[in-house]
Amino acid sequence: MLDVLQGFVHELRGAGLPVSMTENLDAMRAVEHVDLADRDVFKAALGATLVKHHRHWRAFETVFDVYFSLHSPGVDADDPNAEEWAELAGQTSEAAGAGGGGEVTREELAEMLLNALMTMDRDELRRLAAAAVGAFAGMEPGRPVGGTYYLYRTLRQLDLDDLAARLIGRAQEEGDVPADALAARLQGEEYGGRLKVLRELIEAEIRRRLVADRGVEAMARTLRKPLPEDVDFMHASREEMLALQRAIYPLTRALAARLAQRRRRRHRGHLDFRRTVRASLSYGGVPAEPKFRHPHPSRPEIMVVADISGSVASFARFTLQFVYAMASQFSKVRSWVFIDGIDEVTRFFTESDDVTEAVHRVNTEADVVWVDGHSDYGHAFEVFENRHHLEVTNKTSLIFLGDARNNYHASQAWTLRALGERARHLYWLNPEPRGYWDTGDSIMAEYAPYCDGVYECRNLRQLERFVTTVAEG
Amino acid sequence: MATRFESVDEVIARLRDVDYLADATIGGVVYLADRLEKPVLVEGPAGVGKTELAKALSRATDARLIRLQCYEGLDEAKALYEWNYKKQLLRIQADREHETSWSDVEADIFAEPFLLTRPLLEAIRADDPVVLLIDEVDRVEIETEALLLEVLSDFQVSIPELGTIVGKQRPLVVLTSNNTRELSEALKRRCLYLHVDYPDLEREKDIVRVRVPEIDDELAGQVARVVRSIRDLELKKAPSISETIDWARTLLYLGTSEISPEVIGETLHVLLKYQSDIAKARKELVPASDAT
Ligand SMILES: Nc1ncnc2c1ncn2[C@@H]1O[C@H](COP(=O)(O)OP(=O)(O)OP(=O)(O)O)[C@@H](O)[C@H]1O
Ligand SMILES: [Mg+2]
Repeated sequence: MLDVLQGFVHELRGAGLPVSMTENLDAMRAVEHVDLADRDVFKAALGATLVKHHRHWRAFETVFDVYFSLHSPGVDADDPNAEEWAELAGQTSEAAGAGGGGEVTREELAEMLLNALMTMDRDELRRLAAAAVGAFAGMEPGRPVGGTYYLYRTLRQLDLDDLAARLIGRAQEEGDVPADALAARLQGEEYGGRLKVLRELIEAEIRRRLVADRGVEAMARTLRKPLPEDVDFMHASREEMLALQRAIYPLTRALAARLAQRRRRRHRGHLDFRRTVRASLSYGGVPAEPKFRHPHPSRPEIMVVADISGSVASFARFTLQFVYAMASQFSKVRSWVFIDGIDEVTRFFTESDDVTEAVHRVNTEADVVWVDGHSDYGHAFEVFENRHHLEVTNKTSLIFLGDARNNYHASQAWTLRALGERARHLYWLNPEPRGYWDTGDSIMAEYAPYCDGVYECRNLRQLERFVTTVAEG
Repeated sequence: MATRFESVDEVIARLRDVDYLADATIGGVVYLADRLEKPVLVEGPAGVGKTELAKALSRATDARLIRLQCYEGLDEAKALYEWNYKKQLLRIQADREHETSWSDVEADIFAEPFLLTRPLLEAIRADDPVVLLIDEVDRVEIETEALLLEVLSDFQVSIPELGTIVGKQRPLVVLTSNNTRELSEALKRRCLYLHVDYPDLEREKDIVRVRVPEIDDELAGQVARVVRSIRDLELKKAPSISETIDWARTLLYLGTSEISPEVIGETLHVLLKYQSDIAKARKELVPASDAT
């Protein structure tokens, strides 16, 4: 067991989870106290000791599933029915292989699945999932194909959509007939949920067989994915983007809290003499309780100016969500987007309290094209400086977001100098790797001298670092 | 050290006895907290029962709940202890009339009667069983977090004037966080980490049943299903458990025996707080009323 655990922890670290020595020891102590056969509790014990960030949970689960797949209950070698099921799997597989004859057996399997899904008998489902994989996935030892391929093959044969329809038909035969659209929706969700369980069981079975074939470590390595905080904004998939979106809120809240906090600390209240004396009367004239006059907390003001041109398109998607999240934390956030023209978009964020809608409006309604729709930082900044420099004050933090790829236009860097002199802070976040800055048409170096800081900001980890720096700087 | 629970199942059963429905993960982590004598850091969305877990544990183990509510600006004086300087000053004044020597005065005023015990010290000094709840720990500043860390590591505190006070027992300690900022790695290392999320269908139904005992099984099931359906929408703020409970109460109050689209339309504001969320849910679940 200890060996397995050490391998497990090693792989977690390999996947990027920061598991310390203490935590490793804690995990070893923890598992001594739990019943290994109770998978949920065993997993909870490892999770509670080894994973201290919720966003690492997915990565943890992947590794857990691989490392402990061979021990999943129901498919153990000591399952009394194991042979019977292996036989069933064999039969189906032969039948399926025989072409036309396969239909019958597949139909039989579908029938058994339907029964199990109606009563939601998990043990039965697990066995049937194993049988289905045996029959349809066509797995062969040593074949260098990924799990998704086998999953696809199995699901194609099983046809989950068809199963879902038949399942609902079955339910209605048994009297569960939805009275209205709502009831139908709930019924659909209910059976959809059950099929999802089946799908997961099939995935687990495929994983188990792959692990048996290739070994735990190799399998774990092939499944490794970057942690959410390391996903590059520029290349995030849709699903990763959603995860990022959720992670942004706490970050902006932190940024908001920190900026507000610092102001409060700087402005220590003055001693309120009159109130102190009045309070001292109840202590025989000893000024025992000094009273302070509290300053009105002056809210910091944030102006965000973001490039939303094609070269940073996916970064811009993220940027806008960041701005939106900021706007819901701070009352005083104003935002602009630009390509070669620039437009204020604050209203889109305040008017709609739905991020998708706000982003959609920005993308369709903002007036950001001046000449040809290719980034022109110089022109955009010039217009911005012109229109707004008086509104930038020593309470304003300016944040620029963009790759500084200027299509060889004039930089107009003086605008940043002018703005920087007025603003409390001027930061720049660049979504490109530092090594690419100032290559080609990137002119980061021309703007950098006027910024309080230029930060590479390609992933959540770096954004977090920026937020922390701002807080301390 | 006597342990409080014999098994994970016992944790779950005893929590259920005091109307808290825990799943295997919650039960498992609490069980380990007891065995390993480690604090539990509970994180998760608002209203999923983080604070309630600590309260339920105190009920289940017959222990007094000591609660340190965190806020921005919470400091040692409010978390651990402070000297009651008003009282000390009065004593100094009184002593002046009797011309007591300063060292006597000092010995006098830095003594037990002048100490204001705050939750952390109270928990350390407790003789009776206690559960210490440090609620919303993410709100304190780094310095205070460091203090918490220190106290939680040794469960003792040294007061220069009084010496070191060592805890007589290791209470169950629960910290909750809404994740408004990252807690330090050091604090996290010290704790068992428990992420509590929205419950699954069955558990939510059970929660409704214990929290709203008058409700019948059928309606409780419907409540849980509709709430699950709403949580699946992409919303700004999904309904929490407390909102589910409020909604179930509202339905009872309205005499609802079965949830219809109309009823949902009329009561959505109990479940959802944002106008845009209400609009979205209405559109999805109550399409007919869209025109109204
Ligand atoms: N597992 C549960 N069993 C029974 N009731 C529960 C459970 N979880 C939550 N509740 C109910 O939900 C209410 C809200 O829970 P609680 O206040 O503990 O949430 P919280 O996670 O601390 O939220 P917040 O982040 O807003 O502080 C509780 O008062 C309780 O009635
Ligand atoms: Mg709470």
